[in-house]
Amino acid sequence: MQVLLKGLRVVNPDQKLDKNSDILIEEGIIKEIGSIDASKCQDAKVLDLQNCVCVPGLYDMHVHLREPGREDKETVVTGSNAAAAGGFTGIACMPNTTPAIDSAEVIKLIAEKSAKHLVEVNPIGAVTNGRKGESLAPMLELADAGAVGFSDDGVAVKTSAILRSALEYSQMIGAPIIEHCEDESMAGGAMNESEISTQLGLPSIATAAEDIIVMRGILLSEYTGGKFHVSHISSSRSVELVREAKQRGLNVTAEVTPHHFTLSDENVKSFDTNFKMNPPLREQKDVDAIIEGLKDGTIDCIASDHAPHALEDKEMEFVYAPNGILGLETQLGLALTELYHTQRLTLEQLIEKLSINPRKILNLSIPQIAEGEKANLTILSPDLEWEVDIKKFKSKSKNSPFHERKLKGKSVAVINNSQLYYEDEFINL
Amino acid sequence: MALSSNHLLGLQDVPKEDIQLILDTATTFREVLERPIKKVPTLQGKTIVNLFFENSTRTRLSFELAQKRLSADTINFAKSGSSAAKGESFKDTVRNIEAMKVDMIVCRHESAGVPKYLTQISDANVINAGDGRHEHPTQALLDMYSIREKIGKLEGLKICIVGDIRNSRVALSNIYGLQAMGATVSVCGPSTMIPREIESLGVKVYHDIDKAMQEHDVLNVLRIQLERKAGILIPSVREYHNYFGITSERIKRNNPNVLIMHPGPINRGVELSSEVADGPFQIILNQVTNGVAIRMAVLYLLGTKPEEA
Repeated sequence: MQVLLKGLRVVNPDQKLDKNSDILIEEGIIKEIGSIDASKCQDAKVLDLQNCVCVPGLYDMHVHLREPGREDKETVVTGSNAAAAGGFTGIACMPNTTPAIDSAEVIKLIAEKSAKHLVEVNPIGAVTNGRKGESLAPMLELADAGAVGFSDDGVAVKTSAILRSALEYSQMIGAPIIEHCEDESMAGGAMNESEISTQLGLPSIATAAEDIIVMRGILLSEYTGGKFHVSHISSSRSVELVREAKQRGLNVTAEVTPHHFTLSDENVKSFDTNFKMNPPLREQKDVDAIIEGLKDGTIDCIASDHAPHALEDKEMEFVYAPNGILGLETQLGLALTELYHTQRLTLEQLIEKLSINPRKILNLSIPQIAEGEKANLTILSPDLEWEVDIKKFKSKSKNSPFHERKLKGKSVAVINNSQLYYEDEFINL
Repeated sequence: MALSSNHLLGLQDVPKEDIQLILDTATTFREVLERPIKKVPTLQGKTIVNLFFENSTRTRLSFELAQKRLSADTINFAKSGSSAAKGESFKDTVRNIEAMKVDMIVCRHESAGVPKYLTQISDANVINAGDGRHEHPTQALLDMYSIREKIGKLEGLKICIVGDIRNSRVALSNIYGLQAMGATVSVCGPSTMIPREIESLGVKVYHDIDKAMQEHDVLNVLRIQLERKAGILIPSVREYHNYFGITSERIKRNNPNVLIMHPGPINRGVELSSEVADGPFQIILNQVTNGVAIRMAVLYLLGTKPEEA
């Protein structure tokens, strides 16, 4: 089947590409780029995409799919559907499942579930067996089965000694160690430690708990030469540490979630558990530092930390409620609204952070928009105004603090693996 | 006169007029407590549930007694820890109890924010009897009442809260309430027990108890929770007593006119010496009596508040 995409602006910073063009896709392959007359391809499905931008398929390197173990919150398939709806053609799923992704069998299970989907799912393997921090997981075997990085996400790697080993061992594969930066002995709070936590009387988490583990990773990365990636960076001091590490030429990268550049600990005053996440929402000065870090390239990517929770799990006393919020279906809209339309980032910078850099960190090939290449594309409408409605989410869960928020910019269609997702439907090409 | 809110969740942002009204109403009920028959029919037919998700003896007894003195029907529910961990969610528990037609809920919970959450899932009037380290408004009100009873005013007084401010729900409510009434509030304790950026609330921080005693009219001394992180926040109880404990000798040396208060229960020999706890400088048992009157006033004002048109 043929699809003709009409009236696009085609942008791929990886190819230094930015031009107005139509694109003809046949059997999932880009057949022609240029000015294409619709009457010449009469069997083609024609999409009129005036004011839309076509970019290499977006990639989210930090997603919790909950399968295996908590399929009531999300599955590989529902999470992938949410990714497609949010404009993503690829996601990396974190290993804090039950059982953890610490064996080739679990990776095979995820691969089977995602086999025929538009969205590519790349598992992140656990650094240690059972994420317990005691012994290295079989990283070579996990990589052979399909793992593209390693993390004990949910917690930091337990000891400096085992993190050092992981940073050395993973160099045989070139895969990054992705760290949830939180000192265990200072963990356990329900919000950021600040003037606000003092006023609200909630147990709190100091930014220093993050900074310590960021610094530990940087030092061990420098010592071993291993690839170290900071997950969901949230503190201003951590941004400085990563900036400094990059200036020294170290193998250090970082990602940030949309909520950490959009919200602050002021929001917790509502005691709404949809504002409870880990790392917690920080102070405005941290938000400002993160935006600076995004602008100057200190922060390489935007990743959602998509964390589905059942309604009954979130609907409880603040201290007991689990951490985390959904992200896949609001991420692009928040990034466009908060970063692009405010002139903080150019569209090219945004595409780098949402598509190109995460793939580079995970050693995945960057989709090329050229004739003969596989079509792996996101088509977004940067100026489309819409309102978030959790009832329309494809995710199995609904835990989002952004319900009813007005955003500017949205994905209109995604194409990958010979499938098109358009107007809430998957269409085989 | 009526309160501006249907609930008492805390004293942050409560107007001075409301605090004044509660304190004045308590004066009336304080008089009732001195009568041979200590009961009025004011809340007859009203049903109040005491929802205690955290251990409490004196606050619960005080509320229960206040309810009985006002002739309300009272039921008690006590459970500790997360209700979800024990099979039923907090929301379901509350909805079930409310379905039995209760008018008011008095709640104590270890998670800050629960009283506010209650107002979202229930139609009852909610009174916070302590939420996490957040607020404990009736304790602060009874503290203010007791100071006013003893000294005759609140405005212009200098009051210092002493002890583990970080883990206290009493401190915040006292700070908000006393400031609203025109008093100056400070805190004093080891630096590990002072929460971050407390100065943003307009309080001065002391680490020297002698200096704090010299510069204040009232010391409200908090209980040191021995079970809580001993060895992490303070090296030992002995060191705490030596450097922050209130002793007669200290009072005589620094400020013989100082008034000593304590919300109880007291750790004798830790934050207060026995001599001070039983001595002439303190009003600890007055606070307990006044607590019943304050809770009667709050229950009465919320329970008889006219419906808004």
